[in-house]
Amino acid sequence: MIISVASGKGGTGKTSFATNLALSIDNVQLLDCDVEEPNSYLFLKPEINKTENLFILVPSINESLCDNCGKCAKFCEFNAIFVSREKTFILPELCHSCGGCKIVCPKGAIKEELHKTGTIYYGNSNGIEIIYGELEVGDAVASNVVREVKSRMNKNKNVIIDSPPGASCPVIESVKNSDFSVLVTEPTPFGLHDLKIAISLLREMKIPFGVVVNRADIGDRKIYDYCKKEGIDILLEIPFERKIAELYSKGIPFVLEMAEWKEKFQKLFNTIKEKIQK
Amino acid sequence: MKICVTSTGQSIDSAMDPRFGRCAYFIIIDPDSMDFESIPNDSVNAGGGAGVKSSQTLIDKGVDVIITGDVGPNALRILNTSNIKVIVGVNGTVKELVEKFKKGLLG
Repeated sequence: MIISVASGKGGTGKTSFATNLALSIDNVQLLDCDVEEPNSYLFLKPEINKTENLFILVPSINESLCDNCGKCAKFCEFNAIFVSREKTFILPELCHSCGGCKIVCPKGAIKEELHKTGTIYYGNSNGIEIIYGELEVGDAVASNVVREVKSRMNKNKNVIIDSPPGASCPVIESVKNSDFSVLVTEPTPFGLHDLKIAISLLREMKIPFGVVVNRADIGDRKIYDYCKKEGIDILLEIPFERKIAELYSKGIPFVLEMAEWKEKFQKLFNTIKEKIQK
Repeated sequence: MKICVTSTGQSIDSAMDPRFGRCAYFIIIDPDSMDFESIPNDSVNAGGGAGVKSSQTLIDKGVDVIITGDVGPNALRILNTSNIKVIVGVNGTVKELVEKFKKGLLG
């Protein structure tokens, strides 16, 4: 079973939710796909037993063959090629590795070379298998690293995917093919605004989902009104509670010290399981 | 010589747009005659590489000087290698900035 945790708005508590859920159920593999700032390891403190460098193919120009015609730059949808008056430049950190420039080059002046785009970390903590990716500093394309993290998925486990915030390509890549998505939000105008965007994404992708309201007693009731109107289930409410915040500030998932919450997460997991089987 | 000022509007009296890659218009001016052309920036909504694309537009137009608020690292790198003078950290209308440039008061 694959459960992704997404949000729309950043900072609503995706990683808190994902790590607490991971610690409440058995047989878990946690994939941290927020590769621009993977931070589930701060809460789970895994022992890292393996790392791998990730490479993508990016074009490189053979200047003796290139006549600076600019066809490659015109083709590039991601503005990763630039043609000055004298020569053609590649900006590898913007490249999506489609290989199109090599095909359109009439002079055969483009070959592909390896560019390091990130690192994959493998670890274990409290019986949880953790895999997370980290995008290389300066690189702009997170989706490649997300895809690599997900290709290491073990489908025999209960897979929890910690997605990046937003609703752009890396999020789509993260939630793709999940059986269920949990949207963590907060009851504020920003929370609701971005939640609506995330919901329209999941509907488009036909992924069943439910909402978790974090810091549930701040802000207003508009999230609840909206979910009621749209027939969306609110799966769990986590209050804005001093003890939870204190544990968070020390990097301790609150289920470890508040046993009643472990039960709530287990219950929620069973609810999701029933929803998927339906 | 051709000067480009990033602009919030199509006219020479518009305020400079402090963004480079995602400015609304490029106004390209001949400082001697003050004749100008305004070009809508089609990389306003680019997913990424807006500064690179804007640089390409201006290089293709044969611009020698760019006056704007700030330029990102990718664009700056390629503009520097193309021998284009980049003036940043200024503000005012397009016309005022070109006049100041002509008097040698910018950069």
